[in-house]
Amino acid sequence: MTRMKREATVRRMLEQSPPPLPPELHADAVRRGARVLRRRTLARRALWLLSLAVAVAFVVWALTARPWVEPPSETTPPLTGW
Amino acid sequence: MRPRHTSRDDLRAREFEAYVAGAGGRLLHTATLLTAEPHAANPRARRLLTLALAHTYADWDRLHGEDPYDHTRQYLATRFAGGAWHRRGGLLRLHARPGGPLARLTPQERLVLVLRLHEGVAEEQTAALLGLPAERVRSVFNRAMAAMLRPPPKAAPAVGGVEAVPS
Repeated sequence: MTRMKREATVRRMLEQSPPPLPPELHADAVRRGARVLRRRTLARRALWLLSLAVAVAFVVWALTARPWVEPPSETTPPLTGW
Repeated sequence: MRPRHTSRDDLRAREFEAYVAGAGGRLLHTATLLTAEPHAANPRARRLLTLALAHTYADWDRLHGEDPYDHTRQYLATRFAGGAWHRRGGLLRLHARPGGPLARLTPQERLVLVLRLHEGVAEEQTAALLGLPAERVRSVFNRAMAAMLRPPPKAAPAVGGVEAVPS
């Protein structure tokens, strides 16, 4: 048997009697798909909230700690013998 | 945020319904061939297809002209290759009698045979889809073809031969 003929034979075996389409398939898929979408929206929102919280925390810390201000020197030698 | 349920959602719902009505039958046939269930009782194929369609529905707005059929088929194939469906099938096979014309093949042989012959996916695309080298896809395909064309064994316990499932 040639290659083409073999493939045609097997294809015929595969294609006999397709199963009937269940009527609830569309509704189930939409239900699960909506759930996936909802979960994605929630995850995205949580991520945004988290990054917002991090940004706010950083700003508050920066304003209270003021890391850009030069700290007062602590190494000045004591002035004696005036 | 609630009142965003608008015309875009309606459009998506209508498009998706038409898509399932049009492509659902063929996809269910493909899924049933993959799970090697009898055509009248194919709960695993239905579950697999529902999952794949749900993901297509969720990604509907991001397809941007991509064929939704390709999207669903790809999810179907990778999900089936992903494993959970094999193992459950392997356990069930001891109890439930497998049906369908592909019952004598291993899950991987079924997957390659269905993608190549029934779905008409080219060898390179099949390899890319499954993350296998093209030579491996060809050898699995040839093995599956040989198994399909071999005359069926007389006795029923031929099912035992399928136990050694390489994954």
